[in-house]
Amino acid sequence: MIKIERRDETSNLIYFLTPVLAIFLTLVTGAIIFYLLGFKPLEALKFFFITPISDLYGLSELLVKATPLCLIAIGLSFCFKSNNWNIGAEGQLTFGGIVGGGVALLFYNHEGFYVLPLIILAGAIGGMIFAMIPAILKIYFNTNEILVSLMLVYISKLLLDYLVVGPWSNPEGFNFPETRQFSESARLPILFEGLRIHAGIFIALFSVFLAWVVLFKTYLGFQIKVSGLSLKTAKYAGFKGKTMILLVFMVSGACAGLAGVGEITGPIGQLHRMISPEYGFTAIIVAFLGRLNPIGIVFASLIVALTYLGAETAQIFLQVPKYTGQVFQGMILFFLLASDFLLFFRIKFLGLKKYEY
Amino acid sequence: MYKNFLRLLASVLLLLGFSINANAEFKVGFVYVGPTGDHGWTYQHDEGRKAVEAAGIKTTYVESVPEGADAERVIRQLAQSGHDLIFTTSFGYMDPTNKVAKDFPNVKFEHATGYKREHSNVSTYSARFYEGRTLLGHMAGKMTKTNVIGYIASFPIPEVIRGINAMTLAAQKVNPNIKTKIVWVFTWYDPGKESEAAQALIDQGADIIMQHTDSTAPVQVAEKAGVWSFGQASDMQRFAPKSILTSIIDDWAPYYVERSIAARDGTWKQQDTWHGLKEGMVAMAPYNSAMGSGLVKEVEKLQKDLASGKAHSFTGPIYDQKGNLLVAEGKVADDGMLAGMSVYVKGVEGDIPK
Repeated sequence: MIKIERRDETSNLIYFLTPVLAIFLTLVTGAIIFYLLGFKPLEALKFFFITPISDLYGLSELLVKATPLCLIAIGLSFCFKSNNWNIGAEGQLTFGGIVGGGVALLFYNHEGFYVLPLIILAGAIGGMIFAMIPAILKIYFNTNEILVSLMLVYISKLLLDYLVVGPWSNPEGFNFPETRQFSESARLPILFEGLRIHAGIFIALFSVFLAWVVLFKTYLGFQIKVSGLSLKTAKYAGFKGKTMILLVFMVSGACAGLAGVGEITGPIGQLHRMISPEYGFTAIIVAFLGRLNPIGIVFASLIVALTYLGAETAQIFLQVPKYTGQVFQGMILFFLLASDFLLFFRIKFLGLKKYEY
Repeated sequence: MYKNFLRLLASVLLLLGFSINANAEFKVGFVYVGPTGDHGWTYQHDEGRKAVEAAGIKTTYVESVPEGADAERVIRQLAQSGHDLIFTTSFGYMDPTNKVAKDFPNVKFEHATGYKREHSNVSTYSARFYEGRTLLGHMAGKMTKTNVIGYIASFPIPEVIRGINAMTLAAQKVNPNIKTKIVWVFTWYDPGKESEAAQALIDQGADIIMQHTDSTAPVQVAEKAGVWSFGQASDMQRFAPKSILTSIIDDWAPYYVERSIAARDGTWKQQDTWHGLKEGMVAMAPYNSAMGSGLVKEVEKLQKDLASGKAHSFTGPIYDQKGNLLVAEGKVADDGMLAGMSVYVKGVEGDIPK
């Protein structure tokens, strides 16, 4: 018979190496899948992971794609570290986008340095408020935050649908479901001419730094960590659990809101129904792949962003089905969880004879 | 200094890209909003691409490209990787297409269903689907017993309103008692929402279901409920063999082949194309014999007349819901009016969502 038991201790080094192992296993499995689909495995992997970032434009696109993922994952790490399961970052992103976009439309054709900061602030607050809903319901009514935050995703997406179809739609846009293009003063500045990389990357990097300081250098970070390891210990130590739940959700929501507002004032430039290709959900993979560690999340966001770009290039050059990108994301998470399992547990093979009822 | 260096680097890279373009073989790229297996909008565009390939021209496609920040990158990548002509096949690609076109003056761009041609290398094209709707209206008016026609609509844009109006006018002509009931689903493709809408319309007494959305769900619901239906974009007959009277088929193949050859031979020019039954961009799937040979013959004649210009979908007198005259007796609506259509004609129930 097989018995599964918890390991007494786990190596810290291996803990941070398993994501690398997971990526390696994904590449190997990916190569096998490409082979079975009838492509040359190495060539396909090259088009998937190297070609997309072999020029300046590609690198800039990688950062454009990684910026929202990184921002959201940083926020999520606060929640996940403290055992709060915020699954609704996509909704918080959307709501942040709605509030920020609303301000952008309000200041349509306004010039002034204050317009953009106002929009960004509005987006962060929007995401924050939206994330407070599952937190408050959890604190006072003991609801399940997974369900509440997930359901709120649909609410915010439908609200966005309503706004861009109806009251906020472009008056000169023949009823197409989109708002006006924001004016220049409402757009994040582009860093290099001809590329799409925008100032949003500084917001992401700054939040990485801030997260690192808070998580590793403050008492609050210590509280978050302890609550994540053992809620009972946290209670025993007298940490204010309720305040912390609210706080981590607020941080998480603000980050998602910033990501949303970064998309609409950055590469998109208006509100429409597709402001996020499910960044909020993909960021969950990013957060775990990065081991809920700010620096790890930076690398993880780059890798996951690359799977998006790679899927496009592989389809352009080899006509590999585009959904292989999602297959790769799924495989990375699968291998990570599987190696985690082996990291924390050991499997013992016991002889049949030894087994007694 | 640093900035200048980057600029230099960027221009060298661009130049490199162009020189590769000049040597490479002629290639056509396609950007799709859905998966090629959607049996609707994207499926038909991909059929068009296959026709280009069959004409001996190399093609590439990227499917399921979201109409957000990603579209611009995909279009640019196609332009950068040596594609000489790029078809962007969804409305949401309008601004990204024009943006990329500005940076690649030697690449030709064709944007489906949009109205912006900001640079001389951008053309737009669309089909006069409303001509097909006129035929559906004729059949619906004759086949309905409850006099209620159920219509699943996507977004209140001129194209969709035009379809509703064309259908209603044609149905009224053969059956003055009909009413058009509309459910707006605010999506182009969502089998769940579409089937709910179809069911809701059937519950309200509709015995004809038609859709301006792309999934096969509504015709399948109609088949189950035993009411008539019409397919959209591609021939959906096999999904509802009893229920479907015909499908409006978007046939992009002739246009794609013609434009690809023109681009290859250097005769491509910017234009705004709006083709219909006459040119074959709108085609009808085989008519269901269940409606009787008499009606089939009638519809076939009407189809011929619409194609030849003898008949027009919007022939006056046409009144709006409030009774204001839109098109006078003996006149037909001009393309400008059709392109901006934003009111219902008399006989349509409800208001256009605002």
